[in-house]
Amino acid sequence: MNLLLTRNLSKVALAALVLVLAGCQGGVLDPKGQIGVQEKELIITATILMLLVVVPVIFMTLYFAWKYREGRGEAYEPKWSHSTKIEAVVWIIPIIIIAILGVITYKSTHALNPYKPIESEEEAITVEVVSLNWKWLFIYPDLGIATVNELAFPANVPVNFRITSAGTMNSFFIPQLGSQIYSMAGMETKLHLIADEPGTFDGISANYSGHGFTGMKFEAIATPTREDFQEWVDGVKASGEALTTERYEALVEPTEYHPVEYFGTVKDGLFFDIIWEYMGDMGRIEFYGKPEYGAELPEGVILPKRERASTTHESEEASH
Amino acid sequence: MNLLGKLSWDAIPYDPIVLGTLAVVAVGGAALFVFMTLAKKWGWLWREWLTSVDHKRLGIMYIILAFVMLIRGFADAIMMRTQLAVATNGSEGYLPPHHYDQIFTAHGVIMIIFMAMPFMIGLMNIILPLQIGARDVAFPFLNNLSFWLAVSGALLVNISLGLGEFAMTGWVAYPPLSGLEFSPGVGVDYYIWALQISGIGTTLTGVNFLVTVLKMRAPGMKLMDMPIFTWTCTWANVLIVASFPILTAALAMLTLDRYLDFHFFTNDLGGNSMMYINLFWAWGHPEVYILVLPAFGIFSEIVSTFTGKRLFGYKSMVYASGAISILGFIVWLHHFFTMGASANVNAFFGIMTMIIAIPTGVKLFNWLFTMYKGRVRLEVPMLWTLGFMVIFSIGGMTGVLLAVPGADYVLHNSLFLIAHFHNTIIGGAVFGYLAGFAFWFPKAMGFHLDPKYGKISFWCWTIGFLLAFMPLYVLGFLGMTRRLNHTDNPDWNIWLYIAAVGAFVIAIGIAAQFIQLFLGFKNKDKNLDKTGDPWNGHTLEWSLASPPQFYNFAKLPQVEDIDAFTDMKEKGTAYQRHESYAPIHMPSNTNAGPIMGLLATAMGFALIWHIWWLAGASFIGLIVAFICRAYASNTDYYVQPDEVARIENEHLDNVAKG
Repeated sequence: MNLLLTRNLSKVALAALVLVLAGCQGGVLDPKGQIGVQEKELIITATILMLLVVVPVIFMTLYFAWKYREGRGEAYEPKWSHSTKIEAVVWIIPIIIIAILGVITYKSTHALNPYKPIESEEEAITVEVVSLNWKWLFIYPDLGIATVNELAFPANVPVNFRITSAGTMNSFFIPQLGSQIYSMAGMETKLHLIADEPGTFDGISANYSGHGFTGMKFEAIATPTREDFQEWVDGVKASGEALTTERYEALVEPTEYHPVEYFGTVKDGLFFDIIWEYMGDMGRIEFYGKPEYGAELPEGVILPKRERASTTHESEEASH
Repeated sequence: MNLLGKLSWDAIPYDPIVLGTLAVVAVGGAALFVFMTLAKKWGWLWREWLTSVDHKRLGIMYIILAFVMLIRGFADAIMMRTQLAVATNGSEGYLPPHHYDQIFTAHGVIMIIFMAMPFMIGLMNIILPLQIGARDVAFPFLNNLSFWLAVSGALLVNISLGLGEFAMTGWVAYPPLSGLEFSPGVGVDYYIWALQISGIGTTLTGVNFLVTVLKMRAPGMKLMDMPIFTWTCTWANVLIVASFPILTAALAMLTLDRYLDFHFFTNDLGGNSMMYINLFWAWGHPEVYILVLPAFGIFSEIVSTFTGKRLFGYKSMVYASGAISILGFIVWLHHFFTMGASANVNAFFGIMTMIIAIPTGVKLFNWLFTMYKGRVRLEVPMLWTLGFMVIFSIGGMTGVLLAVPGADYVLHNSLFLIAHFHNTIIGGAVFGYLAGFAFWFPKAMGFHLDPKYGKISFWCWTIGFLLAFMPLYVLGFLGMTRRLNHTDNPDWNIWLYIAAVGAFVIAIGIAAQFIQLFLGFKNKDKNLDKTGDPWNGHTLEWSLASPPQFYNFAKLPQVEDIDAFTDMKEKGTAYQRHESYAPIHMPSNTNAGPIMGLLATAMGFALIWHIWWLAGASFIGLIVAFICRAYASNTDYYVQPDEVARIENEHLDNVAKG
């Protein structure tokens, strides 16, 4: 009877799970972007593949325990403990499943590499993300604006995120768009996402970073068109103040549930300043104009090797 | 100079929950003190137990430590679950971040380091020497010292409740958050010294038991004749010896960062937190196999005992355990796929992780085919085993899913992850220890636990587990990350409520554990295990009395089979009376272990609070105590043949009476 109870319970649990997963909203199984969609499909494929082994194992556990329980007079062979055939099978079946899954893993890891730019006919926009205690600063280097705790970009346009932290480690994550990546001080990580449809999505830090971590949320707005996005940009420019070095230093002070803020202008190269801040005397390079990624520096400026601080092990690989 | 370092009255936390707990502990402690004094038991406790070098008694003390810390760690768990059930829809709940963040950190540290590890090491202590036919471990004093170092670490964690604070960093204590800049208080220092001191004890245990297994097996027992529990413990000890020094080194570097302004892991001056994260998991991942491999061994022993069969695929089991141990060392990066490594690196570590599922799957099949054509007795240990096989299959599956980097990118750090590792650590390790506890309790104590409450405990744990953790899988999919203090998402509420209910069902399961223990003691005389072989066991521990003679084996057994005792029973060579016995060489109890443990606690405490004179004095004291012990001459004695004969005959008479 006890065993039947377990079986029923697990059935109920499974049914509940299926029900939830089918109808869930707002989570990683309700993706609104190409990366998230692929990740959802990957999760489902891998789960089904594994259920091929897990379900029989659970079934056999309960069945054997019931069938061979004491007092039922089933066959009893106390010394039977080896069968080359069975042992071959029990090694080979998991090996096959894992081999298939291994191939899927290799391919999907390359396809979903967060460092890989998303192919699109639309020109990507770049956002520099800085995690502060406990809020998110978004800098749009090409537009010369910055925001706190509100991120906007047009739907169907790839977004290149360059991510760092001004202190503790966080993880930049918009569950409905897909992958997350850590933000780490003195280093730059990268993430490429795209929204397939307009909407407002929750953004969070997915790595605990201290007292105010719970309130470290932002809204990611995918606008229907580029024009709508431009309107948002104009709004930021019109209503915002200037994000100077002094203003940034005030912003770094720890706060919780920081309200959305707009900055109409941003000090050039602020993102690099933040990364290099931790390099002591080696850091603090004066940038002359906007930091052009990969552009040649003016003569006389010696740039410490960036690779040292970056986690971009194979950014070249990712870029083709 | 301030004689008390950073310590002052401000160190006492004025939090009603903490003060209430302290009051209960104080009253309970006082009651215990009065009872022990009135019963004049202090001398007995010191001579017979605290200074004991007997592996069986040390094992029992380890398990007592594990249960005490289980209560502490579980209290943390239930506070977290109720906080998250209350703090929905934007409500702040009753635990502010300052307290809540300490609780989840303490919960993780306590459950892994001070509950699971002592439980595992306790069972290994009691059973492993018996299974290989040894009279004690290779280094009995070291064994006692290891225990006291574990206690020392546990004491520091508990002192942090009443003096100062515990770390607010999560149990992984990643820098830069755990660095001086973001954690200026004493919390992280408590963390460092508690782990450092107990970790050294664990390393010593690993060395001790490896030597024991290599040098002290009974005559005739080849490595491939060792019982499977001994084998899985041996693999765990290999892992301990190889991985704990990494933790020691990582913590030492963090200590230098915090105490001497070094910059291993700081943000500035070339420090790099990624180095700590790598080192931590280079220890942390093998650590979970250290916990679960012995549990696999326990399940193997139980399945073959309670089906009345030989274990199916013994060699497969040994090799599978070895494969898990070795692979366990090359998968640590899967704890941070989201740190920006290249696709090739992530794919490599993902695939290596999945490969571990192969030997683990083989183990499951081997247990299944041990049941096949067996006589399954559904006693309490067997119920835990069946529950494990069902629950662990799910946990293994979600683990493999998390090993796919593309899936981990959205599930990392979510409650899906929390559900996964509780699924494997509770469903695997804890179920295994509780199974082993019920299985070997009569051996260690000489009487049975109450089976009715044992079964109640099993069902409450199983149902409670499903209720508490299945919703977390859903919450992970719904995008809820870990370590949130409160939530504001109506879709999550129902799952948070169910999980809280599950925690209370588990609480009943824990209570039932204590009731089965209480009833076992109460009805002790009715439930005595007189033969020493209550379950018709296969291995040598069952050939002894329950509890075993303090010298274990009067004559070292001659081993001719994996199931050595079953073999003896079949050949009729079990329970032989011998005409004469040789004197038995035994280690004497020693004060050195508890004294050194106490000094280590004092040193840790002094370092935490920057009381430099005390730190120096207790460190010197430690060295002096160790040297004194090293030069002590009265460290052993002989049990005389007539006493051995008397004890043996008493046991054999009991067996004959049945």
